[in-house]
Amino acid sequence: MTDKKKKSTDPKTYKFDTLSLHAGYQPHKNAGSRQVPIYQTTSYLFDDVDHAAALFNLERGGHIYSRISNPTVAVLEERVAALEGGTAALATSSGMSAIFLTIMTLCEAGDHLVVSSQLYGGTVNLFRLTLPKFGVKCTFVKPRDTEGFKKAIQKNTKGIFGELVGNPGNEIMNMPEIAKIAHNAGVPLIIDATYQTPYLCKPIDHGADIVVHSLTKWMAGHGSSMAGILVEGGKFDWMQNDKFPTMTKPYEGYHGLSFAEEFGPTAFTMKARAEGMRDFGPCLSPQNAWNVLQGIETLSVRMQKHCSNAEKMVEYLLSHESVAWVSHPSVPDHPDHDLAKKLLPHGKGSMIAFGIKGGKEAGEAFINNVKLASHLANVGDTRTLVIHPASSTHSQMDEATLKFAGLSQDMIRLSVGIEDFDDIRNDFETGFRAARRPRLVSNQ
Amino acid sequence: MKFKVNGVEVFASTGGRPFDKKKPLIIFVHGSGLTHMTWVLQTRYFAFHGYSVLALDMPGHGLSGGESLKTIEDMANWISDVIDAVGYKEASLVGHSQGCLVILECAFRFPKKIKTLSLMGGAGAIPMNPELLSLAENDDPKAVDLMMDWAHGPAGHFGGHPVPGLYHINTGGMLAKSRTIKNTLGIDFRACDNYKNGFKAAKEIKIPTLSILANGDKMCPVKEGKKLADLIDGSKVEIIDNCGHMMLLEEADKVLNVLKKFILTYFPIKKN
Repeated sequence: MTDKKKKSTDPKTYKFDTLSLHAGYQPHKNAGSRQVPIYQTTSYLFDDVDHAAALFNLERGGHIYSRISNPTVAVLEERVAALEGGTAALATSSGMSAIFLTIMTLCEAGDHLVVSSQLYGGTVNLFRLTLPKFGVKCTFVKPRDTEGFKKAIQKNTKGIFGELVGNPGNEIMNMPEIAKIAHNAGVPLIIDATYQTPYLCKPIDHGADIVVHSLTKWMAGHGSSMAGILVEGGKFDWMQNDKFPTMTKPYEGYHGLSFAEEFGPTAFTMKARAEGMRDFGPCLSPQNAWNVLQGIETLSVRMQKHCSNAEKMVEYLLSHESVAWVSHPSVPDHPDHDLAKKLLPHGKGSMIAFGIKGGKEAGEAFINNVKLASHLANVGDTRTLVIHPASSTHSQMDEATLKFAGLSQDMIRLSVGIEDFDDIRNDFETGFRAARRPRLVSNQ
Repeated sequence: MKFKVNGVEVFASTGGRPFDKKKPLIIFVHGSGLTHMTWVLQTRYFAFHGYSVLALDMPGHGLSGGESLKTIEDMANWISDVIDAVGYKEASLVGHSQGCLVILECAFRFPKKIKTLSLMGGAGAIPMNPELLSLAENDDPKAVDLMMDWAHGPAGHFGGHPVPGLYHINTGGMLAKSRTIKNTLGIDFRACDNYKNGFKAAKEIKIPTLSILANGDKMCPVKEGKKLADLIDGSKVEIIDNCGHMMLLEEADKVLNVLKKFILTYFPIKKN
């Protein structure tokens, strides 16, 4: 439908690409600066004693100290909230701190979480080893075992957590069904959607209540800056049961404030900021917030290229003699292909896992001999990245945990960049040649 | 806090401070389909500065029980009942949009109870766009999307919420979708559309009145707000730049500043 034919009752709120460039920022309030300024400051002047008290009492909006909030960071927070269809967001120093802050805002000692077993290795260790030290226990469930999530719910369960597309095996959670399970149990669904970005999927539209991102990856996109964020959907009713007293009961730390009563659809973010940033302090630097904002300006353009290159790569790998198997949701025989079509209509992402014939030795030879693709512990760069998870990102896992997480010794994790595809393919040919005769090449 | 009015449970935010009957009472009345949460950047200030505050959830809205009231007149009577229920003889009223019609009618009906009126985005009548009314009465979420579109000024569409990290349009939309749309927004819009007594009531108002209007307000434009204000004896008008109908969030600080000045002048805290 053209604009001229639009009915008067069609909302004219801004759409994704426009929000990517403009959301959260008003130039007229910033000396007319067209670009978002970097507020490189620790603290902010109070007009008078009354103004200071008003800010501390949450009577007025505004900034006090950059550990709690910062104007540049706030633009990023609003922009991501707008793109995700959320009510509010809180940016952090990394994706891991966003997850930690989310769990610390949600849980107390004695609580329990149901967690997908297919996660980034660092996240697995947080849930398996670190959170139990704080009295929060977790039950791991394989991401495709939807019924398993239901069975794992306990009386003290406070949430379900998972990566929409698991790292690194590309297993997809049935988010709409698992959201129903969470909501029937009166707990929120928390989704790490780092791999998708809101361009490919908005989890809130499919039932998620809180979305977390490592902004370091595709959102920032250029491999330059660490950042994380939590985004609140605003639909979850914290007052429906007595599971979340720190959200619903008067909070001693803010003059008896009840976050749920006072802030409703933004209560979680308000608590995460007021308590979590105050007490833990994993704040994002304004320079890194600005760097991420630069990335988000071109998010849709980059994601289209990432996805088109990934589809070409899948086709190439599927027909390659040195490749034992390929895992990507675009592959028709991927177990979650139909679910991916539903949840990821704009593209299936640029993370591919594949098995190289010849096992671990061949994998190492491949990694050691590609020149364009970078061997490093990151994903979602504009450049193509490769890694051998069993010897790096997931190396702190024992054999049994590796198997449970769906990993194998021959697996190579590939984050497809936006270079010319022919150049990536030629580079991979070099790697595969080396993998077929590993000893000869590695001795050169 | 929760209390009962005519046997039905009502929720009102007290602005983060305990409700204290010794302090003067300010009642905040939200707009169509919304809840007490729209007032968070005004109520807490007064609650921390010597007033007792009730930011109400109207019946059938937010955390309040009961069913939505079907006419502005019923809502006005209900506000009077609220004042009785909490044991007060008088109160200062603040309304937004539909809430302006409600407090105007309340002051007309109960002149001795109401000490000041603060009207934000108010008009003497709020006739509804027929398509918007139909969407709301048919429970179509598009009604909320449209309301959020029209209720925010050009700057508000970009965001820039005064509270770091909050995004205006989605937050407002979520509030309006928190209960069944046809039972809140649908009934409220119909009540606004049917209300015809605003201009007559305005002529009878003899208490201090402030109209806070926004130059980007498409739902209750400045000229409509001024038309109403002109009928109220001694009424004051403040116009807020760079925002729309949701001025209480879009330019929360400016709105609080003019509201504060007005209330502290005309409804001051009595010193012992």
